[in-house]
Amino acid sequence: MSCDASMSASGPRTLFDKVWDAHVVATREDGASLLWIDRHFVHEGSHHAYRKIAERGAKVARPHLTFGVADHYVPTRTRDLSAVDAEIAGMVARLKENCAANDVRLFGLDDPRQGIVHVVGPEQGLTLPGLTMVCGDSHTSTHGAFGAIAFGIGASEVAHVLLTQTLWQRRPKRLRITVDGEMAPGSSAKDLALTIIATIGADGAAGHAIEFAGSTVRGLSMEGRLTLCNLSIESGGKCGMVAPDETTIDYIRGRPLAPSGEAFERAADAWRALPSDAGAAFDREISLEGGDVVPIVTWGISPEDALPVTERVPDPDRIDDAARAAHAREAIDYMGLKAGQPLEEVAVDRVFIGSCTNSRIEDLRAAASVLAGRKARVPGLVSPGSSLIKKQAEAEGLAEIFTAAGLEWVEAGCSMCVGMNGDLVPPGERCASTTNRNFKGRQGPKSRTHLMSPAMAAAAAVTGHLADVRPLMRPL
Amino acid sequence: MRPFTRLTALACPLPFMGIDTDQLIPARFMSRPRSEGYGDFLLYDRRRGADGALDASFPLNDPARAGAEILVAQRNFGGGSSREAAVYALADAGFRVVIAPSFGDIFASNAVNNGVLPAKVGEDDGEAILAALANGLSELTVDLERQEIVAGNHTIAFTVDSIWRKKLLNGWDDLDLTESFADDIAHFADADAALRPWAHFAR
Ligand code: SF4
Repeated sequence: MSCDASMSASGPRTLFDKVWDAHVVATREDGASLLWIDRHFVHEGSHHAYRKIAERGAKVARPHLTFGVADHYVPTRTRDLSAVDAEIAGMVARLKENCAANDVRLFGLDDPRQGIVHVVGPEQGLTLPGLTMVCGDSHTSTHGAFGAIAFGIGASEVAHVLLTQTLWQRRPKRLRITVDGEMAPGSSAKDLALTIIATIGADGAAGHAIEFAGSTVRGLSMEGRLTLCNLSIESGGKCGMVAPDETTIDYIRGRPLAPSGEAFERAADAWRALPSDAGAAFDREISLEGGDVVPIVTWGISPEDALPVTERVPDPDRIDDAARAAHAREAIDYMGLKAGQPLEEVAVDRVFIGSCTNSRIEDLRAAASVLAGRKARVPGLVSPGSSLIKKQAEAEGLAEIFTAAGLEWVEAGCSMCVGMNGDLVPPGERCASTTNRNFKGRQGPKSRTHLMSPAMAAAAAVTGHLADVRPLMRPL
Repeated sequence: MRPFTRLTALACPLPFMGIDTDQLIPARFMSRPRSEGYGDFLLYDRRRGADGALDASFPLNDPARAGAEILVAQRNFGGGSSREAAVYALADAGFRVVIAPSFGDIFASNAVNNGVLPAKVGEDDGEAILAALANGLSELTVDLERQEIVAGNHTIAFTVDSIWRKKLLNGWDDLDLTESFADDIAHFADADAALRPWAHFAR
């Protein structure tokens, strides 16, 4: 029922359908749509795609709609490529060559605006409501915070976009997740996102475009909405979106690459028409109570393995489903935990504050508010999401708080989120991390990752174990 | 792309849920050009113990499964990163089909773009296939036209997106197909620049 209603342009439509419908170039008999792509980002991993188009003897068709960002392999302790591993330096250099050869604008290593692609896009005003945005990175879902359809693609699709500015896609189903009410003290967008993933599962939104709605979501800042949408891929969603409102429009106004003046006002009017119409049908609806969101951490090897920090490690013997019990056993074994152990007794070896999930200025402020005047008991790395955020954090005195606490304050990049630049968690070590994936080996071979909010990572730093941030909270 | 219609081949069980793309190929191998071959990187760290030696108990290391072209796993296979290198590793190691109850969307789409079939089965059916493989069955037949898996005496239905099915059956490459839409794309771009000027940049 909902499918037909939303396919027609006349009936009430969802945010997702409005944006999708505006981008359909052609539709095939089998239901595949050729979608126009407004913004395309490429990072160092694009070398496979660039090689594919070179093999066809072709160049990027519309280079002004593709933007290069150096982030995945960039060194964070120096900006001097001659001082780092040749293979890593080569990846950063190759991106520069490929972008230059194709007239693609690059936010490169030496650019004062450089940073993580999903931080730079919104910061520079490249991310706007109503756009279609893609990147060869699954956390492209982040940009949905503005009411854009944004999703990650593989190298074959990157090549397709470079050559045609389009992609063949099937319209996904629509899922609305509504959260109302105030979250418990000490909770943030990260806790909300992990709560959703723990509730619906790491594949719970597969095949669906998610719209996050409700007063809790509306009440989030743009930074919080970016964190929430960033993690929609961790529940398997095709994309995650928040309807644009005045918070969105205020954030965009004055951004360097956003429209300005009268063009901005006309655009803002168009954006105000994007929210889902009353009565628009969703294929699935899920409702959550904001009040049920509390400080939460992951204990296992999937983001769905998340529990309030006051709980205990699950006991596989008490899980009825055999496959799920086996997964819990595998996770507990890999993570070096004991069934029934209180989470707050789990000692950590280091902390990492950074990544496209939680490296924006608000995240750094939240961590600094816990760290101020305290010492970290374990080593840690703080990598801001962009070079501009780095400057701002230094101006606000946050950097000083991190270093005074004993943490290392480094340059912007993906850093220890994925370790491609050599910022790795050593084998067997346990890291309290503000990133998005606690997968086996994600932060380095045999590394152990616990995901949490920036405030909770700061709490782990000052206590040396997984810890509830609430007793450590102070008024700012 | 090589079309996929029907395959009878050795199958390898991988009875784990949530085999994500970070496990399928650890990030450190992704800077290599594809021409070097990605097969040896497949599940690199999973196949090895703490000492770095191949773990004989890991199914992929079982000599009896050498040459397998079909992989059978549990829920949420290929979730996580969009790295197409995960599919390169599978394809270069000889795999043409992955059977699982659910897949990461981006992984599945990448798989199809490389001629690898993501065949989705019910959780119980998946467990039945894994049990049969554990009990001595070595070969499976996967028929994409009929959307069926034959495991010994059992025939099990699987699903795959109809668009992907057509693409695999015909061995289509999207790029070749899109070339015939070049005029539509140019018209769309011009009309859209008038409708949504804010979305376009002056060239
Ligand atoms: S910070 Fe991590 S998740 Fe984000 S783009 Fe970089 S590697 Fe991907």
